[in-house]
Amino acid sequence: MLSIEQFPLLIVVISLLSAFTILILGWLNEKFSCYISIATVLLQFIMSILVLNHVLTVGTIHYWLGGWKPPWGIEYAVDAMNAYMLVTLLFLGLLCAVYSKKNIEHELPRKRVSFYTIYQLLITGLCGVVVTGDIFNMFVFIEIMSISSYALIASRGKIALKASFTYLIMGSIGACFFLLGIGFLYSVTGSLNMHDLSILLSPLYGNKVVQAAFVFFIVGLSIKMALFPLHTWLPDAHAFAPAEISAMLSGIIIAVSTYAFIRVAFSVFTLKFIMMYLPIFDIICWVSIIAMLYGSVLAITQTNLKRMLAYSSVANMGYIMLGVGLSTSTTMGLTPALMHILNHAVMKGCLFMVAGAFIYKADLWDIEDFRGLGRKMPYTTFAFILAALAMIGMPPSVGFVTKLYLIIACMEADQFIFVVAIFVSTLLIVYYFWRVIEYMYIRVGDGDDKEVEVDEVPTSMLIPILILGVLCFVIGIIWLIDIPLPLMDAVNSLFGLGVMP
Amino acid sequence: MIDLILAKYNYWTFIILMLIGFYAMIAKENLIKKVIGLSIFQTAIFLFYISLGDVIGGTAPIVSDETISKGYIYVNPLPHVLILTAIVVAVATLAVALALIIRMYEEYGTIEEEEIVKIERERGITCQ
Amino acid sequence: MKGEKIPHERDIVVETVSRLMIPFIQLFALYVIIHGAGGPGGGFQGGVIFGSSFVLFIIAFGIGRVGKRIPEGILTLLTSLGVYIFAGVGLLCLIFTIGAVQYLNYGFVPLTSHFEENRALCMDLVEIGIGITVMAAITSIFFDLAWGRSEKEEERQ
Repeated sequence: MLSIEQFPLLIVVISLLSAFTILILGWLNEKFSCYISIATVLLQFIMSILVLNHVLTVGTIHYWLGGWKPPWGIEYAVDAMNAYMLVTLLFLGLLCAVYSKKNIEHELPRKRVSFYTIYQLLITGLCGVVVTGDIFNMFVFIEIMSISSYALIASRGKIALKASFTYLIMGSIGACFFLLGIGFLYSVTGSLNMHDLSILLSPLYGNKVVQAAFVFFIVGLSIKMALFPLHTWLPDAHAFAPAEISAMLSGIIIAVSTYAFIRVAFSVFTLKFIMMYLPIFDIICWVSIIAMLYGSVLAITQTNLKRMLAYSSVANMGYIMLGVGLSTSTTMGLTPALMHILNHAVMKGCLFMVAGAFIYKADLWDIEDFRGLGRKMPYTTFAFILAALAMIGMPPSVGFVTKLYLIIACMEADQFIFVVAIFVSTLLIVYYFWRVIEYMYIRVGDGDDKEVEVDEVPTSMLIPILILGVLCFVIGIIWLIDIPLPLMDAVNSLFGLGVMP
Repeated sequence: MIDLILAKYNYWTFIILMLIGFYAMIAKENLIKKVIGLSIFQTAIFLFYISLGDVIGGTAPIVSDETISKGYIYVNPLPHVLILTAIVVAVATLAVALALIIRMYEEYGTIEEEEIVKIERERGITCQ
Repeated sequence: MKGEKIPHERDIVVETVSRLMIPFIQLFALYVIIHGAGGPGGGFQGGVIFGSSFVLFIIAFGIGRVGKRIPEGILTLLTSLGVYIFAGVGLLCLIFTIGAVQYLNYGFVPLTSHFEENRALCMDLVEIGIGITVMAAITSIFFDLAWGRSEKEEERQ
């Protein structure tokens, strides 16, 4: 029978086939496109949960495409970390697909078919990056993901075109650096399989070509994941994309690039290489600290809600990369970083969807126009407050858990200045979210005594917003009572992390 | 020194081409020129891969009875296959970039980056 | 230069030469596609050559005349058809063995009795699928880039 071993591949193939089914059936009737997309992503999500369960109970899935053995053929290797990322991305992908039904009808009424086709290709690319165990295959999927996101960002037209073009140029440079890194590794080892590479590379760590390749990987993927000095494409792209694409970009696309970075750093190059030959993680820690503060400060100066959230994403990439940077020097390993990938996806997904709901309902972009929204759209603003509290870090929300773990990690690594930076950035987050909440609830406009009619967004948009808003706290509690601990232990033991050197 | 350059001339060519492309992408204001720079940049990397796979005196990697009996050596085919895939990716990127430029030309009537930013400022949308 | 419309002038030399050349270009494209499995060539290259024959056709005869002959719906259908073929052949391996072998393990598609022959035949099928997709995609990219301008120009007049 069809075993779960086949699922990682089927997740990718189904998505690809569904993209083109949407193209054909959408040509007959535009309404089909949305339902096909939701059904496919739902199916993929169920399959990804089964894969996660299988990985945790049975072990890593190794899938050889075409039956060719790994150093020659392409291998799909799914371990605890892949499965975790797969579930995260398909979960947000599903909610974004549900949310987009009404929003896309409203915003891009004549482009629905092409929107869902490209959306499904985006999901294909994301799943592909996550499941693959072959480094060149990873490059190809990163490009599928990036090219579809350029197209989706541009779909709004006008100023989004410029944002998308900037992203295209920056993203292509990043991808080319990644390709160059693969070329360097191939020139010294002659292999492309990640597991094989890690074995073949171990006697060559002192080699300058290998070290140059690692630097190329870091720079290329830093552009893709918008790490601080290379983040310049991000604010415009996030601000002018349709709301669900902003949510995917912020929550998933940059997180998947982070995943690619972690995979390359720990699976291809091992911990030993990083510790002994290129101790770059200290620099990454400092860069992340600057990103956290810089992103938060610039978020304060923004008047446009989506741009504010975009700069907040820059700050949150700082949190994730701080977790990665500290992973080599604490007993918790990658746990804070991986934790924040899920947490950030949930929080930012919710916030961007709320921002999209304001635009959908009343075309409100600027924070100062939000007067009285608290009464007009009670549920949406309630979800916004939940997510904002989570961002600030109120116990027991997801943001609190991340910050708690990060602070413990900093303490273990004896880096008290990082703890100070986390506190300062939290204060800044309080400031910029409080400003929005103040406008929504407290500063009511001129006719403030009037009874305001409740005017909510459609149910299909409200449900994803509320689910994510509530999950901000539910997932926090789940983290606190240590249910996902086996998963995190599995990831850390995989990379040889979490043990004090 | 000169020997070093001549012996590894393929790498020098690739580095020079890559830097030309990089310069065009960063310094040029015209969007089409940026895309041309991107293409040069990508092509330089393709060239690097192709020169990696080359064997002096090697023929096309088609294995037949003749090649085996005469003991021909053939070039490494894998970089070619990889680059074929990368070319497909580059074509897709190029198509998206050109489509974006056409849409921007329709929208703003220009393909100079500075002028586009100026028009956006006049329309009151903050850029940067 | 801005907004200046270049009217399509019919040129007897260009039209005749391309009329003669296009069948041979397409034949060569088919040769490249079919020889993809055993020699230099393959679906992508063949598809690009096939697509470029259409591009030559459009350049020589003007987009207005050709655009009516090749409607966009057909290109969309062909793009999808190609993807269905090359992803579907891989799925056939799963379907025929009820999930016992891997995706893309072409030897198990029972076209003939020999494992290797099955593999070779399926590889040709996949090349054809890729060729169709690439051909349709290249042509429709060209159409999209060209139509964008000319529609706008029609509006201006």
